[in-house]
Amino acid sequence: MYSEKVMDHFENPRNVGEIENASGVGTVGNAKCGDIMRIYLDIDDNGIIQDCKFKTFGCGAAVATSSMATELVKGKSIQDAMKVTNKAVMEALDGLPPVKVHCSLLAEEAIHAALWDYAEKHGIKIEGLEKPKSDIHEGEEEKEEY
Amino acid sequence: MSEGMRDLIYLDNAATTKTAPEVVEAMLPYFTENYGNPSSIYSLGSAAKKAVMESREYIASTIGAKNNEIYFTGGGSEADNWALIATAEAYASRGRHIITSKIEHHAILHTCEYLESKGYEITYIDVDENGIVKLDDLKAAIRQDTILISIMFANNEIGTIQPMKEIGKIAKEHDVLLHTDAVQAYAHLPIDVDEMNIDMLSASGHKFQGPKGIGFLYIRTGIKIRSFLHGGQQERGRRAGTENVPGIVGMGKAAQLAFSHLEEREEKEKELRDYLIKKIGEEIPYCRLNGDREKRLSNNVNYSFRFIEGESLLIMLDRKGICGSSGSACTSGSLDPSHVLLAIGLPHEIAHGSLRLTVNWENTLEEMDRTVETIKEIVERLRAMSPLYEDYIARKGQ
Repeated sequence: MYSEKVMDHFENPRNVGEIENASGVGTVGNAKCGDIMRIYLDIDDNGIIQDCKFKTFGCGAAVATSSMATELVKGKSIQDAMKVTNKAVMEALDGLPPVKVHCSLLAEEAIHAALWDYAEKHGIKIEGLEKPKSDIHEGEEEKEEY
Repeated sequence: MSEGMRDLIYLDNAATTKTAPEVVEAMLPYFTENYGNPSSIYSLGSAAKKAVMESREYIASTIGAKNNEIYFTGGGSEADNWALIATAEAYASRGRHIITSKIEHHAILHTCEYLESKGYEITYIDVDENGIVKLDDLKAAIRQDTILISIMFANNEIGTIQPMKEIGKIAKEHDVLLHTDAVQAYAHLPIDVDEMNIDMLSASGHKFQGPKGIGFLYIRTGIKIRSFLHGGQQERGRRAGTENVPGIVGMGKAAQLAFSHLEEREEKEKELRDYLIKKIGEEIPYCRLNGDREKRLSNNVNYSFRFIEGESLLIMLDRKGICGSSGSACTSGSLDPSHVLLAIGLPHEIAHGSLRLTVNWENTLEEMDRTVETIKEIVERLRAMSPLYEDYIARKGQ
């Protein structure tokens, strides 16, 4: 049911781990629904994401989307990282089964949550970044209706 | 091809079983030589008719039933649907209340939901922390207008075996019909419909090394139950459609093989099951056995591993050539984990990390060793990338 890319990122996930004294950390999802993602960012003085790590509790798609999201934002500026949407993650993975689309949303949300944490710590405002939802599944059910 | 496919370890026998070679052999002539329609008048038809009759007789004898009380169906789900819907319709004038449990198979639960939409009232009784139906709750749920109790014989996820004899006694005392979904129990455990006061029983061929697409419903003589499929005189006019002769022959053969080795196979499976339960418990920290330790199907092992999610575990096991199943939401296509694991009181996050392994008498202890080793490696790997485990270790360190 998963593409080869998804399986590759699930079996050999990139950037698993923690970053000590990370510039920003974001955790989204909840254990009740079966997936939690935590993203660590190391951002330098020029606003470039030097390193990105993740930890995920979840299904194969949750692990693969986390892995791909970290790959996509690594080395990018904050503004470019903001352009890494769930669609971009899905496309980079050659698609996801419909029931797993929420995993890519979670990955996008996790990046945003880590950036939000960075912005708060540094007292800055990142254009286009809204306070992440504490629970990724809020309002999601309606979306899944159609 | 994934690693280990050369020597696959199949531990999902509650999902389906390998058709026994003797069963395939017994079926083959009914495709190629004795392919006649049992309803036909010529001798080719009567050969098929005789084979169907013999299978029916044998199956009836295995549960203490009469020949004309066994109705062949397209499987366990059809038998469950039939038992509930047709009984509900036939007894509607007496009442529209049905009692079942919270841990039934979806073939029962979704049929109950359908009946609710048709104006029937269903009471879903609770189970205890091991998945055993609370008999006092069952008694208390019975009303004047209760027409049917449907309780599964043994659970497909956690293997818990229900006190069927006591349930049968309660049903009889209150003059309420009793149906049991025995899909996981038939041909694995001894069942006597008279001794247990069972009025209807569903079973499925492929759960005991018979073919897929065949099952049966036992209906006690005297029970009013409407026809489920209309159109012919097959199955005493209650289930129309040309008989699945090879399937019926195959299921009969599988039943013969199972019942002639019932205790022997049970012992073998228990040895494998108990070894697996013990070894997982010893080797892997933060795990929990789900279901009753004693009143348990001889083939069933169900563990929850904390801080990890079941689908990830299953995919990684598959890559190592091991087949299992999980009650995680991701394997059900919804956001909720297994209703059975929730009913026994597991929190969602622990239910998501469940793994069901169901053995067969043909498995080996060596396979169990390789399975435990593999699970151990995978669980360690998944925990190393789990934020829940990270948080737990951090809390523990404080």
